[in-house]
Amino acid sequence: MLEPGAELTACIPRLRRYARALVGELNGAEDLVQDTVERGWSRIGEWRRDGEMRAWLFGIMHNLHVDQLRARRLQTTTLDDDTPHPAQAVNHAAGLELRDMQAALDLLPAEQREILLLVGLEGMTYDQVAGALGLPLGTVMSRLSRGREKLRTLMEGRAAPAATLQVVK
Amino acid sequence: MNALPVTEADLHAWVDGALPLARQAEIEAWLLARPEEAARLAAYRAQNLELHRLFDPVLDEAVPGAIAAAVAVPTPRRRWWEGPGGRCAAALAIALAGGLGGWTLRGASVMPEPVADLKGIRQAAADPAASLPRQAAIAHAVYSPEVKHPVEVGADQEQHLVAWLSKRLGAPVRPPRLGKLGYELIGGRLLPGESGPVAQFMYQDAAGQRLTLYVSTGQSHNRDTGFRFAQEGPVSVFYWIDGKFGYALSAAAGKGQLATLAIAVHEQLEQAP
Repeated sequence: MLEPGAELTACIPRLRRYARALVGELNGAEDLVQDTVERGWSRIGEWRRDGEMRAWLFGIMHNLHVDQLRARRLQTTTLDDDTPHPAQAVNHAAGLELRDMQAALDLLPAEQREILLLVGLEGMTYDQVAGALGLPLGTVMSRLSRGREKLRTLMEGRAAPAATLQVVK
Repeated sequence: MNALPVTEADLHAWVDGALPLARQAEIEAWLLARPEEAARLAAYRAQNLELHRLFDPVLDEAVPGAIAAAVAVPTPRRRWWEGPGGRCAAALAIALAGGLGGWTLRGASVMPEPVADLKGIRQAAADPAASLPRQAAIAHAVYSPEVKHPVEVGADQEQHLVAWLSKRLGAPVRPPRLGKLGYELIGGRLLPGESGPVAQFMYQDAAGQRLTLYVSTGQSHNRDTGFRFAQEGPVSVFYWIDGKFGYALSAAAGKGQLATLAIAVHEQLEQAP
């Protein structure tokens, strides 16, 4: 068996990739990874019950991220400072010229964004996402569906979607 | 036609390449008659690609010291696949070698047909010398059934593919030409290996039979070998070690047929500067 510490270390690049997409801002993303790694390492004895360390770590990151969002919401008196409110996302987008996917992602509600990323970027199965986030499968599917459709609407609201959507390797 | 009704969940599973081949074909037939739905799903697939294009570079960045230091990493004296945990390690290798595919393997409800073949590989004896062919066979079993995304970079961008993989492996790698033997290069991808990045080149013949060449550069601890053959579950593998390079050619083909191809690959690699 790979040493747990080495296995956790091997997960760090994927945690960083996911956090970067989830948080959108470098320092916040790195802090989230650091907190996740520290908490994961301090509870390393628990992970083998499930066997899949990455899913377990993404679950930890999810909980920390939810806590952060909640704390941020409590600190501010209004919701619209730096937390895009789900209901406003589409209307916002109409008036904004979105420059890229990152900007569009930031406009998604966090609960949709994280599922879209765990599936589309991290390649987790729907069952794994449900397990990691502690949600029923049906909730995962409906959030995925709504998140993808909202992202499509946001992306298509841009100036030249066909040209910019081309994937250039 | 008594196909199952198509649900929104089916359509997302199609976007994510998580359907068994038969169901995938049914969905594609269904989409043919519904261009708007097809456009919607194409946009979702483009989202996945765009996410990878934007964020995959993060995987290559150096991990900040503060994060790495959060884990007290012991330096194991034994290599990870040795010891009593060999079978667990092999299961982990599936996850590592699989990358994206590794996740998919775990979800029993969306498990595609070819995955069953992996069980034969996983149960193979944990012999350190068998590590290279086993990892190559796992990578073959994971990626060769892929219909839509068998490779990360296609053969139409071969120059880019060669430059990219050579850079990541830290040594020049080049896919051999197997056209005379009926196999054309489809492209390649980068995979995590036991001691660093590994390249996989994929070929296909006119009948759709796929062949993969797995190239690892972390073999300095092993001595050079001649040709060796391994049967890993349904996958036949010819492999050899040359300096720091380890090569493994895999296909779900007979030993004789694969031997001809392996000899051709070996010859071309020998001649390369």
